Amino acid sequence: MSKESKDLAAKAQWDSKRVLSLVVNNALMIIMIIAAIAIAIVNPNFVSASSIVNIISQTAAYLPAALGIAGCIVLTGTDLSAGRAVGLTACISASLLQVAGSASKMWPNIGTLPIPVVILIAMAIGAVIGAFNGFFVGKFKLHPFIVTLGTQLILYTILLLYVKMGNNGGMAISNLDESYNSFVKGSILPKIAGQTIPNYVIFAILLTALMWFIWNKTTFGKNMFALGSNEEAARVSGVNVLMTTIMVFSLAGAMYGFTGFIEGARIGSNTANTGLNYELDAIAACVIGGVSFVGGIGKISGIVIGVLMLRLIFIGLTMANINQDLQYLIKGGIILFACALDMRKYLVKK
Amino acid sequence: MEQPALLEMRHISKEFPGVKALDDVSLTVRPGTVHALMGENGAGKSTLMKCLFGIYHKDGGEIVLDGKPVDFRSSKEALENGVAMVHQELNQALTRSVQDNLWLGRYPTVAGGLMVSEKIMSRRTQEIFRELEVTVDPKAIMSTMPVSQRQMVEIAKAVSYDSKIIVFDEPTSSLTETEVEHLFRIINMLRDRGCGIIYISHKMEEILRISDDVTIMRDGQWVATRPAAELTMDEIIRLMVGRELTSRFPPKSNKQGDVILEVQGMSGRYTRLKEASFQLRKGEILGIAGLDGSGRTEVLENLFGVMTREGGSIKLHGAQIENRTPREAIKNGFALLTEERRATGIFGIRNIRENTVISNLKSYLMGGICLSDKKMKEDTDWSIQAMRIKTPSQSTEIRSLSGGNQQKVIIGRWLLTKPEILLLDEPTRGIDVGAKYEIYQLIINLANEGKGIIMVSSEMPELLGVCDRILVMSGGRLAGEVNAAETSQEEILTLAAKYV
Repeated sequence: MSKESKDLAAKAQWDSKRVLSLVVNNALMIIMIIAAIAIAIVNPNFVSASSIVNIISQTAAYLPAALGIAGCIVLTGTDLSAGRAVGLTACISASLLQVAGSASKMWPNIGTLPIPVVILIAMAIGAVIGAFNGFFVGKFKLHPFIVTLGTQLILYTILLLYVKMGNNGGMAISNLDESYNSFVKGSILPKIAGQTIPNYVIFAILLTALMWFIWNKTTFGKNMFALGSNEEAARVSGVNVLMTTIMVFSLAGAMYGFTGFIEGARIGSNTANTGLNYELDAIAACVIGGVSFVGGIGKISGIVIGVLMLRLIFIGLTMANINQDLQYLIKGGIILFACALDMRKYLVKK
Repeated sequence: MEQPALLEMRHISKEFPGVKALDDVSLTVRPGTVHALMGENGAGKSTLMKCLFGIYHKDGGEIVLDGKPVDFRSSKEALENGVAMVHQELNQALTRSVQDNLWLGRYPTVAGGLMVSEKIMSRRTQEIFRELEVTVDPKAIMSTMPVSQRQMVEIAKAVSYDSKIIVFDEPTSSLTETEVEHLFRIINMLRDRGCGIIYISHKMEEILRISDDVTIMRDGQWVATRPAAELTMDEIIRLMVGRELTSRFPPKSNKQGDVILEVQGMSGRYTRLKEASFQLRKGEILGIAGLDGSGRTEVLENLFGVMTREGGSIKLHGAQIENRTPREAIKNGFALLTEERRATGIFGIRNIRENTVISNLKSYLMGGICLSDKKMKEDTDWSIQAMRIKTPSQSTEIRSLSGGNQQKVIIGRWLLTKPEILLLDEPTRGIDVGAKYEIYQLIINLANEGKGIIMVSSEMPELLGVCDRILVMSGGRLAGEVNAAETSQEEILTLAAKYV
């Protein structure tokens, strides 16, 4: 009898321990959901249709870059050049899609290019930037932090020079062709609850599906995870480590290129500061979504949730009338908290 | 031999700056045989295998596989040509599943190579596991499995390449006895299929049991190739060391004094150690035996404050001490030589001097601010001499030394802290026969000087040869205590199985 009750007690204790660890492991999500509910109570507009569509749209805008950078994090790396890559491809996309014949057109001799061509150009430029990063990381075994820090600076100069080229002279690149605007910001979907859902939400969904497929169903995806988990194991098993690294960074670059194309129209007025610090939001979203810096761990669904949570909080802070100056403090706190929680899973207690 | 050779490595040479790592080494493996490759650490066994796999580029000689000359540029090429290897250090993607690891580098694809087929992968994994009688869940994540199971996955992986030649590099170092039997069944099966097996191991009993031929190397040179049936353990040692080893253990001369350490009911909070109680005398060498995972290491690490204790008391000279952290333990005169030398012992890319003085830095302070280079140099010189460390200089990177010399550096490091109690976890793991003898001598000398020594080892002859008393752990508990002079391996094994 006493043994039985002891066993029962042991079981109950184990259960409460398990519940506790479940709560701690998901603490960030729980806190964010509580925060969202609190904001909704303070300002009921937070859960209005327009606000929800706004949150979804912003999530869609930031998602592709996060999906790209997540691959670099799976390889125990990072990518600091993402923001500048977005900026450069945004400016290039915008400059190629200005209204023909307008006085401020950057390249008056080029008409308005077909949109698919511009998407390809933006993604190709992004992919080349990524391949450059991946080559240095894979070939010379440099830490991605260093490589992409260097690339980030190099890209900034290229960006500064680019916006001074042609007829532009350092002005913001605007006056975009209507086809570009409607392709990105227009909607082919019927209105839902009176709200327009922009096309770039659809693009984000398609890209998410594509990335899910690449991560989970292809040899490249499996090689990427193996490489992030144990590079040496991948090498002795015959994985082409250099090529896989280059491809991961290159794919990330293509995602920044696509983000740049979207941002060009979404923002509408593109300067050398477009895309600044995008990588920080993307990295934060990945970390919140459980893509671990330990390497070899991460899920597409986690990244989507991470980006969504981050947007939810930022938009919520504004709607709850909280001082905007606090947003960086909250961002920083979230990153530290998320990383500490993440590491906790991998620490073995002795 | 009338059989044509399956693999011939002829006159292989490899030179590294300043060292001739391989000098005209030849190795011939016949189909359907197990060929053991033996030699002390640094004899060139691994280098030879790395030349076979294209990890190193050989400077001279040729490799003939199945009658065709080959020269692999990468392990991928070797694998594709039927040469596989079970690596000594587990090289696995721990965050991934068993089958993801098994098929890494050659995932079965469908849809024109676009998609990896989990279905085919799962089916083939089950086929291989059934054939090899491996009971591992193909979907389990590697990091959740014990090392021995991971090792079996690694073995299954090598077999799954349908290789003609399989190299096993110290495959049994993390396996239990039942698992070793299992491995031998697999090896025999491969032998019957006509595979050529190259088996690298330090365990002589294993070699004599499993192998058909034995090749012995020393200092990068071929020494002998003989049928295993004609060899004895002493003969192998003689060939490996190049001199007669009259005895594997030095004579014991230590005398025991009063009890210095008394442990009562020590249990681990997160580890499986339960209620261990024992005493240690001045000048005594106390052994701890047990199977892998029986809690041997936990005794030392709980005592040293690396692991968190749940309960129990530690008394040093009758006074209660806590040893909550390694810092506190060191202050109380404890020293711990850790089990995994490379992971937790050496600072690989730092030099001998830095590795020597690291635990004793505060005694080199001048005026409490600046470290005295002169004193550190003197102490390191003392350590190099007293431990008889073979090194070109104090500023040599420690990772370039052999395992035995690295171990001596770490023992020297701890002696500088003037410890009273030395905790040694597998002090001779991965060390060659000749150097082992020197380590044993060092341990006995330290006991002679009146230090109390607790030594964990998975090699029973070593415990019997060096220790005074042996504690036997089983399932996290202390299963018994035996007198080393009167006990037998059988008695210890029986105790070790008590709570399994």
